[in-house]
Amino acid sequence: MNTKAQTILAQGDRRLLSGREYRGASRIDGPLVYMRNTHPIGYGELVEVVASDGSTRFGQVLDTSDEVVVVQVFEGTDGLSMPDTRMRFMGEPLSLAVSEEMLGRVMDGLGKSRDGSTAIAGSVERDVNGEPMNPTAREYPRDFIQTGISVIDGMTTLIQGQKLPIFSGNGLDHNHLAAQIARQAKVLGGDSEFCIVFAAMGVKYDVARFFIDSFEETGVLDNVALFLSLADDPSIERTITPKTALTLAEHLAFDKGKHVLVIMTDMTNYCESLREIATMRGEIPSRKGYPGYLYSNLAELYERSGKIGGRPGSITQLPILTMPNDDISHPVPDLTGYITEGQIVFDRSMQARGIYPPINCLPSLSRLMKDGIGEGMTRSDHPHLANQLFASYSHVKDVQNLASVIGEEELTTLDQQYLEFGTFFENRFVKQGFDEERSIDETLDLAWEALSKLPAEELQRLTDEEIAEHYGK
Amino acid sequence: MKERIIGRVKRVNGPVLIVKDIKDAMMMEMVNVGEQRLVGEVVKLYDGLATVQVYEDATALKPGDNVYGTGMSLSVELGPGLIGTIYDGIQRPLEHLMEASGAFMARGLSFDAIDHAKLWHFTPSLKIGDTVKAGSILGVVAETNMIEHRIMVSPHITEGVIASIAGEGGYTVEQTIATIARGDGTQVEVSMMQRWPIRVGRPVADRRPLSVPLITGLRVIDTLFPIAKGGTVAIPGGFGTGKTMTQHSIAQWCDADLIVYIGCGERGNEMTDVLREFPQLIDPRTGHSLMERTILIANTSNMPVSAREASIYTGITMAEYYRDQGYHVAIMADSTSRWAEALRELSGRMEEMPAEEGFPAYLPTRIAQFYERAGLMQNLNGTTGSVSVIGAVSPPGGDFSEPVTQHTRRFVRCFWGLDRQLASARHYPAISWLDSYSEYLVDVANWWQERSDGSWHESRERIMDLLQREVRLQQIVKLVGPDALPDTQNFILEICSLFKAAFLQQNAFDEVDRYCPPEKQVKMLNAILAYWQRGSEAIAKGVPMVKIRRLKAVQEMARMRLSVPNDELEQIDRIQLRLERSIDQIGGIYEH
Ligand SMILES: Nc1ncnc2c1ncn2[C@@H]1O[C@H](COP(=O)(O)OP(=O)(O)OP(=O)(O)O)[C@@H](O)[C@H]1O
Ligand SMILES: [Mg+2]
Repeated sequence: MNTKAQTILAQGDRRLLSGREYRGASRIDGPLVYMRNTHPIGYGELVEVVASDGSTRFGQVLDTSDEVVVVQVFEGTDGLSMPDTRMRFMGEPLSLAVSEEMLGRVMDGLGKSRDGSTAIAGSVERDVNGEPMNPTAREYPRDFIQTGISVIDGMTTLIQGQKLPIFSGNGLDHNHLAAQIARQAKVLGGDSEFCIVFAAMGVKYDVARFFIDSFEETGVLDNVALFLSLADDPSIERTITPKTALTLAEHLAFDKGKHVLVIMTDMTNYCESLREIATMRGEIPSRKGYPGYLYSNLAELYERSGKIGGRPGSITQLPILTMPNDDISHPVPDLTGYITEGQIVFDRSMQARGIYPPINCLPSLSRLMKDGIGEGMTRSDHPHLANQLFASYSHVKDVQNLASVIGEEELTTLDQQYLEFGTFFENRFVKQGFDEERSIDETLDLAWEALSKLPAEELQRLTDEEIAEHYGK
Repeated sequence: MKERIIGRVKRVNGPVLIVKDIKDAMMMEMVNVGEQRLVGEVVKLYDGLATVQVYEDATALKPGDNVYGTGMSLSVELGPGLIGTIYDGIQRPLEHLMEASGAFMARGLSFDAIDHAKLWHFTPSLKIGDTVKAGSILGVVAETNMIEHRIMVSPHITEGVIASIAGEGGYTVEQTIATIARGDGTQVEVSMMQRWPIRVGRPVADRRPLSVPLITGLRVIDTLFPIAKGGTVAIPGGFGTGKTMTQHSIAQWCDADLIVYIGCGERGNEMTDVLREFPQLIDPRTGHSLMERTILIANTSNMPVSAREASIYTGITMAEYYRDQGYHVAIMADSTSRWAEALRELSGRMEEMPAEEGFPAYLPTRIAQFYERAGLMQNLNGTTGSVSVIGAVSPPGGDFSEPVTQHTRRFVRCFWGLDRQLASARHYPAISWLDSYSEYLVDVANWWQERSDGSWHESRERIMDLLQREVRLQQIVKLVGPDALPDTQNFILEICSLFKAAFLQQNAFDEVDRYCPPEKQVKMLNAILAYWQRGSEAIAKGVPMVKIRRLKAVQEMARMRLSVPNDELEQIDRIQLRLERSIDQIGGIYEH
């Protein structure tokens, strides 16, 4: 028999065999089910797992060989028994039927209806794993998004198509900030209609409720698709939730031309679920027990953002993660920072001082702001102004340290001016209300007001013309 | 031609396959897997089994799939047409991939790396009867406005006589342009294209001592921690500290003839940025677009991890090929940590014994092998060329004690450590003057001495000394405040703070400042040291420091990096002169 005939036969076999059911697992370990004596199963194939009571769950092939197939079950393995578990191998990877109808709906991590109303009928089937975007097809993002929040717009500007995570901590106000951004985000003078894809991984119900209420209040709920895999849902489901959400986001952005804002919370829970599976499989851990491929795995999510040349839509990602122990060098924030285009970093001491949003601008960064601010985009003085704020505020930190040693009275006049600048900066520029929306002009003027607390000679990052125009005005 | 099946898939574990029924597969052989023909490579052979690493997403591969042998090692195509192209980690042109599968990358596609149909204008430089050996240049093709592509005899052909050679005219890279008669009576046909296995360094005649700096136009590098042409350097730094920006700057402005830029497991948008920016930037030395001297490799973080592992070898092989033609090539690898992690992931899937932090025990060997391929070489054809390697390192948590940073340190001779605090204060480039070092100082000292009237070495020592003294003084200031120091010491702080703002910092986005020619660096450094000299003398006479630092000329000095155009350097002399005069004036008042 020649190879061609063999191939055709093999493909025919496959079609016949896909969907064939096997009964009896050889091992069940956490979210993993092992099955022997199957037909050849493809890597990454979708599996329907049927429990003894007839209920079905979905799974995916993690490892396949002549002897045994390892299936990861997204809804968890609770209630499965070795002899009675049945499996149908579907012959193709996990896919999601996407459609615009999903806006306004509440779904679980796999995209199944969760709001009790009708089942969701998608129009196009998409592999949830997506495919990498060709770098030559990308369009470099450069459209300024005005969030109305001074410290973000002024110093860590968000750009349409950017992935900009919030590094927060337990109990900090990241949800308020994300909701505020979702409410206020607009592209000046452009097509500013955003739709929102929201993915919740392992957060409590009240967090999801908070977002739903906030969307409802502003009347945008019809423009939001929610994928909820909450704290009491199986931990394994969290590993698929962001993929499902991003699959819809890609459809909305690149097939339907919409501007999509994706909020994903909490990435730390997602990573923990991955760690669970890795440990279960006895994989060699790297830092803090997380698998060595965590970087690539996160990149496969975060890189699903941006713009494509010649197409109208965009995906802007706002992932939220809580830093365990407020430690920014923990693998989750660390690897995230290595992938995303900057980060917004929360500071517990600022929240304690009553500053909302409690953003510490020094470790925060927006890598895409360089091309999205300045003449014709925000204002011509913006780039230098932002630079100057960073430089001056970082000196404030030094002065504060010195003051705590030698006492404020012992400081030089100049350093006392720095302290004054710092206070104004934190309490007037950074601090603002949950509903306060400042235009970019208001933000920049406020920044000048702060810098005017310092002598003009100290403002070395600004040009003489800029100082003449704005200083002390 | 009948396809050769080397075996059948037994197990699929992500990008690592076990293949059974192995008979004649070769180690490192390139293979195609399954009916999708995914590209892979044999990495282990044992007991009738092979471990195969696939360079594409393995989804849907299954036990029983055929594995087809190609009979050759994973290799790259070398010839005219490489420059200006953007490739993935295994040398597939991304433009073609996009034409074939759109904005998202499909699997199982394969393309020629260089256009096989395009006619290149070949001009022979040898004639019938001339003897040739490995590397001999048969003729040239103008590949771009900047690079003359020298068509060479393959390193495999050690010796022979030209039996025929094409006349001047247009040829494709597949056409025979010469036949070489070998001593044993056989004849070989030579075309303008060679293939070379990526994991094997191309042979050279001899390694030469390094003596010329690779000028980057970044002051902190060229003046304080220079790298030589043919040298190796690591840039470690936590996220957002400026590795990519530094490498982009160097790729844009350094004085290499050719740049190979490898985006190894990093962001898609960064490659888009290069693609958008480079064609528009004009090389100040030649007046042509920078893209005409650049080869890009983009295997972004979301692209398959095994192709990421291959990408740095693909890049350095292309670099060596142009070195063989007599060029100075600089290669940037961003980031070598992602490459090391790819090794770790593959090794883990092969169930090898891990050493430190899950990395395989052969990590240091692989790092060493990679950096060893750099150097200034006497090529087989007698020309001299170099490959300089600039590797970014992304240490987890920004902690330099981790294995990749530590092992890289052993094999590179120059180290530009990025500092998180400097980056937070937006002091860019955030290269720490305390952690960084260069072992090329001695090698390049002569070059600099000749261009600075013999002042470079001493000036550099003086400023480094001041920076060291500043650290100690700062510790005191932290405890008692700056007012407690006498002016003589406070002046050290003043000079260092000026040096940092006026010299070490450099704005990559400023038209003037982004590239600083060596002459300007010399003048700026000497001007600042003149300020130190004269200022110290005045303070010794009793002039209060505040009087000096308020001088207008000091402010001018603080801005000279931005305000003095690179072709009007005499302005710096004038600033220095004004400053010296003003100090003398105040000094005069206090003398009596
Ligand atoms: N020389 C410079 N001039 C101006 N800005 C700079 C410079 N270097 C770095 N930056 C700023 O810092 C940001 C981060 O730099 P860069 O992308 O090079 O970091 P990185 O070290 O490569 O980070 P990662 O490891 O996450 O890729 C840039 O987007 C830019 O805003
Ligand atoms: Mg980088």
